[in-house]
Amino acid sequence: MLKKRIIPCLDVDRGRVVKGVNFVDLIDAGDPVEQAKIYNSEGADELCFLDITASSDDRETLFEVVKKTAENCFIPLTVGGGVRTIDDISRLLHHGADKVSINTAAVENIDLVAKAAKKYGSSTIVIAVDAKKNGDKSWNIFTHGGRKPTDIDALEYCIEVANLGAGEILLTSMDRDGTKIGFDNELLSTVSSSIDIPVIASGGVGNLEHFVEGVLKGGASALLAASIFHFGEYSIKDVKTYLAEQNIAVRI
Amino acid sequence: MKLVIINYGSGNLHSVHKALEAVNNNLENPYEIIVTNTPSEILKADKIVLPGVGAFQDCKNAIHKIDGLFESLEQVVIGEKKAFMGICVGMQLLAEKSLEFGECEGFGWIPGEVIKIEAPADYKIPHMGWNEVTFRNHELLNNISQNTDFYFVHSYYFRTQKNENCIATTKYPNPITAAVLKENIFGTQFHPEKSHNNGKQIITNFLEWEPS
Repeated sequence: MLKKRIIPCLDVDRGRVVKGVNFVDLIDAGDPVEQAKIYNSEGADELCFLDITASSDDRETLFEVVKKTAENCFIPLTVGGGVRTIDDISRLLHHGADKVSINTAAVENIDLVAKAAKKYGSSTIVIAVDAKKNGDKSWNIFTHGGRKPTDIDALEYCIEVANLGAGEILLTSMDRDGTKIGFDNELLSTVSSSIDIPVIASGGVGNLEHFVEGVLKGGASALLAASIFHFGEYSIKDVKTYLAEQNIAVRI
Repeated sequence: MKLVIINYGSGNLHSVHKALEAVNNNLENPYEIIVTNTPSEILKADKIVLPGVGAFQDCKNAIHKIDGLFESLEQVVIGEKKAFMGICVGMQLLAEKSLEFGECEGFGWIPGEVIKIEAPADYKIPHMGWNEVTFRNHELLNNISQNTDFYFVHSYYFRTQKNENCIATTKYPNPITAAVLKENIFGTQFHPEKSHNNGKQIITNFLEWEPS
């Protein structure tokens, strides 16, 4: 049986891991390569790096971090943040990323999704969507790391990028991110039940039960979390053991 | 001994290279690992690895665009029977044809065709993530337990014409070919380079393999 994936996400700023609460108040939580090694040995199913470096001058450090991580970790590595062009994707893959996640650039230039999927294969292209509730069963997407609102409907957008060849949707709830009150399972199930490609749940996980709900209520194929792992509240093993006890298939 | 990884611009080339190097460094007699698309280098290979991600036809075209690349592969693998491992689309290319984006001819080294995964509506496509593999005993699967998880990412799979060429399967929920074997030609649908310690074991087995 295909396993539900547990994916620790490292927010990386100028080569260091940080994690925000509601996208502000960054706290330094360590060296990405060292953290990646720990997650790799603990049984993470994939790793995700999100580069939040503002200045493009500082982005070179990211490529080095990706390269060093890829040399040490033999599980899939997704890298996102500031990916704007086919050339950006190519450089990340060349440095050892297995998948590249695209957010703002895909919204601004939807053709990029089809082009990237055609050139590197759907399985390489993850579309990251930051969604915020704006009414009953309705969410709008935000761009620029959650700073810029749009009037684009999240569900319609996810259907569109799936049709254009995206391999996966990384779906973050802006309302839940950093709150630790659980995933927005209504958002997850609305999107997941409308598209064929896998949805990765992100934003809001605070305890073990939240992971279970993300699968059973949200219909997520994979569960992403950051701070809950970084500060040692729970290990990957804790999460997987708990999921297995609830009869959810995980790789132990 | 030389091991050649074929470079035709495949997206997982770097990962495959790094994983092979990591395993190779632990061998008593490590290989000289070369990443190349030069036919004269390929002709000197003792072992060949063909990575591949993306669309079947794009991979096939990329290989054929490089002058003499396919001919040198054929010479070494079919003519001289050197050990070969294809990964993901690098494995699917061994088929006679693929039906992804219309019909496209493959290498035709193993009878069968590459077809879309048929799964119930609530099964996500691509088949992406870790799934259990069962297999027939073979030295390429030494030190691997039945039902071990490997990492898959694909929407199409290789349906071999002969059962004997399918040595490992996974279920989604119908059986899907996970690995193929014909004489000196081995291929995995899953990504050993991304399958952590069990993936490294497959690579170790391939490096130690001496097809008769």
